[in-house]
Amino acid sequence: MKVVNHKIPSVDGLGIMKGRKAYTDDFAENDSLIVKVLRSPHAFAKIKKIDDKSAKALPGIEMVLTYKDFKRKAFTRAGQGYPEPSPYDKFVLDEYVRYVGDEVLAVVGLNESVCQDALDLIEVEYEVLEPVLDFETALDNKVLVHPEDDIHEMFPIGFEPKRNKAASYHMEIGDVKEVLKGCKHTVNETFYTQAQAHVMLEPHTVNARMDYQERLIIFSATQTPFHMRRIISQTLEIPLSKIRVIKPRVGGGFGGKQAIHGEMLVAYVTYKTGKAAKMIYTRKEVFESSYTRHPMKLEISLGADENGMLKAIDAHILSDTGAYGEHALTVYMVAGSKVLPLYNKVDAVRFYGDVVYTNHVSAGAFRGYGAIQGNFALESAVDILCKKMNMDPIKFRQLNMMKENETSPIFAIMGEGTEGTPMNMETCKLEECVSRGKELIHWDDIYPFVDKGDKIRSVGMAIAMQGSGIPLIDMGSASIKLNDDGFYNLMVGATEIGQGSDTVLTQIAAEVLMTSVDKVVIYSSDTDLTPFDVGAYASSTTFVSGNAVLRAASELKDMMLDEMARIFKCDREDIEFDGVTFKYDDKEMSLIDFSNEITYSEAQKQLQVTSSYVGPKSPPPFMAGFVELEIDKETAEMEVINYVSVVDCGTTINPMLAKGQVDGAIVQGLGMAMFEDVKYTKKGKLISSDLLNYKIPTRLDIKKLTTEFVESYEESGPFGAKSVGEIGIDTPPAAIANAVENAFGIRIKSLPITAEKILEKKWEIENGK
Amino acid sequence: MKIKLNVNQKEKVFEVEPNEYLLDVLRRTHYTSVRRGCDNTGCGVCTVLLDNKPVPSCSLLAVKADGHEIITVEGIQEEADKLGRHFGDEGADQCGFCNPSMALTVYSLKLENPKATDEEINQYLVGNLCRCTGYVAQHDAIKKYLGDQS
Repeated sequence: MKVVNHKIPSVDGLGIMKGRKAYTDDFAENDSLIVKVLRSPHAFAKIKKIDDKSAKALPGIEMVLTYKDFKRKAFTRAGQGYPEPSPYDKFVLDEYVRYVGDEVLAVVGLNESVCQDALDLIEVEYEVLEPVLDFETALDNKVLVHPEDDIHEMFPIGFEPKRNKAASYHMEIGDVKEVLKGCKHTVNETFYTQAQAHVMLEPHTVNARMDYQERLIIFSATQTPFHMRRIISQTLEIPLSKIRVIKPRVGGGFGGKQAIHGEMLVAYVTYKTGKAAKMIYTRKEVFESSYTRHPMKLEISLGADENGMLKAIDAHILSDTGAYGEHALTVYMVAGSKVLPLYNKVDAVRFYGDVVYTNHVSAGAFRGYGAIQGNFALESAVDILCKKMNMDPIKFRQLNMMKENETSPIFAIMGEGTEGTPMNMETCKLEECVSRGKELIHWDDIYPFVDKGDKIRSVGMAIAMQGSGIPLIDMGSASIKLNDDGFYNLMVGATEIGQGSDTVLTQIAAEVLMTSVDKVVIYSSDTDLTPFDVGAYASSTTFVSGNAVLRAASELKDMMLDEMARIFKCDREDIEFDGVTFKYDDKEMSLIDFSNEITYSEAQKQLQVTSSYVGPKSPPPFMAGFVELEIDKETAEMEVINYVSVVDCGTTINPMLAKGQVDGAIVQGLGMAMFEDVKYTKKGKLISSDLLNYKIPTRLDIKKLTTEFVESYEESGPFGAKSVGEIGIDTPPAAIANAVENAFGIRIKSLPITAEKILEKKWEIENGK
Repeated sequence: MKIKLNVNQKEKVFEVEPNEYLLDVLRRTHYTSVRRGCDNTGCGVCTVLLDNKPVPSCSLLAVKADGHEIITVEGIQEEADKLGRHFGDEGADQCGFCNPSMALTVYSLKLENPKATDEEINQYLVGNLCRCTGYVAQHDAIKKYLGDQS
């Protein structure tokens, strides 16, 4: 391969570094009306009265929007396949506010300061209600987060709002209780994972204007432009044909932009007034009024026989979706479906529980999407079991984990809110990942720990898997055309959000067409100009959209050869083409001459192909993550000396960008493992509402990342590729927890794993508590 | 009120509100490479050079900059090009939202301490957050950029 599997610089990095207009707000109209939201000061309240007279009278205020301005129509903000497995439980504006930061009303004015003045003048009378702030008490609580009757599910997801249930799920293979009873060794442990904030550096941003065809043109920092167009059309009852969503460069998403945020209000204002409008979330709004990761309580029971074979896994999980149920069921299910198959030799497995509503910031999609929560619990429990059996945790995994050409019945049972798709692991290099990682971290020299005087060095590890798109649901497509002068345009619905998909997809097209990346000009995610793609989520882009590009480019090549055969008067099969020149017998024609001829001279036509791909399966990437941790004996302060990731993601289309995905995800995972924490006051107000109170890893926190890819070729992927966007985030929480236990004999079962928790536990042990 | 700024070597007069921040003034006058990531100096995305020193423009009142020299990435295109190529070669590009601010801070580091050690680079850039890359590839690219000069 000449382009694929090569370290090619990203196609857009240079222009972005030089500050070219690229991001959503760079394209806002100068005279855009500002849309500013009044946000609820209460965790739960009913709006009794709104006095907006003086605000409306303020010069420069265009309108004040309240729930009375909108037709009452429930929708979900989740950008997912349609019909969505998320409940339709949100209104553009509502008479109830369900968390501190929820939308009360919106003011629309000429500039920020007049909007701020207007917000200060508005008086809202609330009936303050008692909130549900502890998700363990949400189910069947007398307080209902969603008392209204006009909300619904699109198909059965276990939605029972009268019990504060957004979704529920139950599956069992074999008889878990019976198998556990017969096990020589069992553990039963409860774990907690916290809410994590995405903290993509570009806040949620949207702007809109009407064009000269009287169409609504929306620029949005979104991961799902096509879903956004549909959701806005359905909810605001604007014909789909009247809406164009353009996704410019997006400054990071991580799942947080897999949703509608300010778009509904801005679209409404522009469509209603005919004037350009915009909205940029303040950082406080990003924290307080967008999404977090779903916090979970995970009760895990494991049972193994006398030989260390895992026989049963029982997982009872409770998830907190906050005020609205975006991604409630699907994140929940991924905590099982992309974790449990790691141990596929069990006789019985059960996975069940509920996703409950609370009066917290809504939880939504976030890189890892449930897998990181499930992974922390299962991979922690596995180490606890190993300690109990006095068995080496690596040996245990080598004995019990998924291997190549094996399968798990879970794939057929658990899908995207519905049944899944059976599949064999045509590629699974977990064994190589584990053995190589063990070498790289010098496991045998350190395990369980090395005493360094004031400090202890220890190691810990975990294995993980993810998916590559959602089989039979996620569709990606690509159009490719040949231009005169012999270069190509590649139009994809796939959504570049900074992960490098424009570069990777360009490489795939260039490889097929035997050309270089500079001859393939990519344009992504514009609902008028590019073909459909579900968007950037579920680790789908390289695998699903990449396969669409592979098809489209191959078909275009065939089309070019057909035309050439006509010109050479020969069979297509007899033509040699090396990407630059066509040859047949003693005849030859350059691609440039060919493209110019069919554009200008003879039998002129535009050569263009559109092709689509829906995955019949979702081959999981696998990895093993190892941490070398240094802990201060006295203060329990921790330092990550090295994090080793050995990944099987099939072929790396761009090894450099793939490494960037893994490195970035590891660091985000370390943040979740060690300090990131969305915190509320007792009344449900967010404390961690800025970057001074919500810390993400800085460059001082990262000493060394060792990331390697094992040889692997997935036949169903483009040039052998699987996904790599999410897998990196899954292992740090369990690897850190396991390393802390290996160092101190102290098991921390709730995230984040902080020095305070370790010291507290140590004190409890030392004082016999 | 009117203030005078020298932006990228050009003297310009700006009509500003007394409570307006430099970031907002620059963005509404089309210096769109200066971007808002947070609102209180927490992320570094809004960095500009004020008399060759990196400052967060989100929290600097525009009137405070009156009479001073401001550099945005538009003013250091050659340096940004050099750094950008190293970012490309090291795979340090991801979302790029912070990259122009990174270019400014790194350029300022080069002026101050071209032989900066690993630790000095990390200390100097600690206020420039990145949520995408895990920092390692960025660090390698920055070292190569600084190495070009020596």
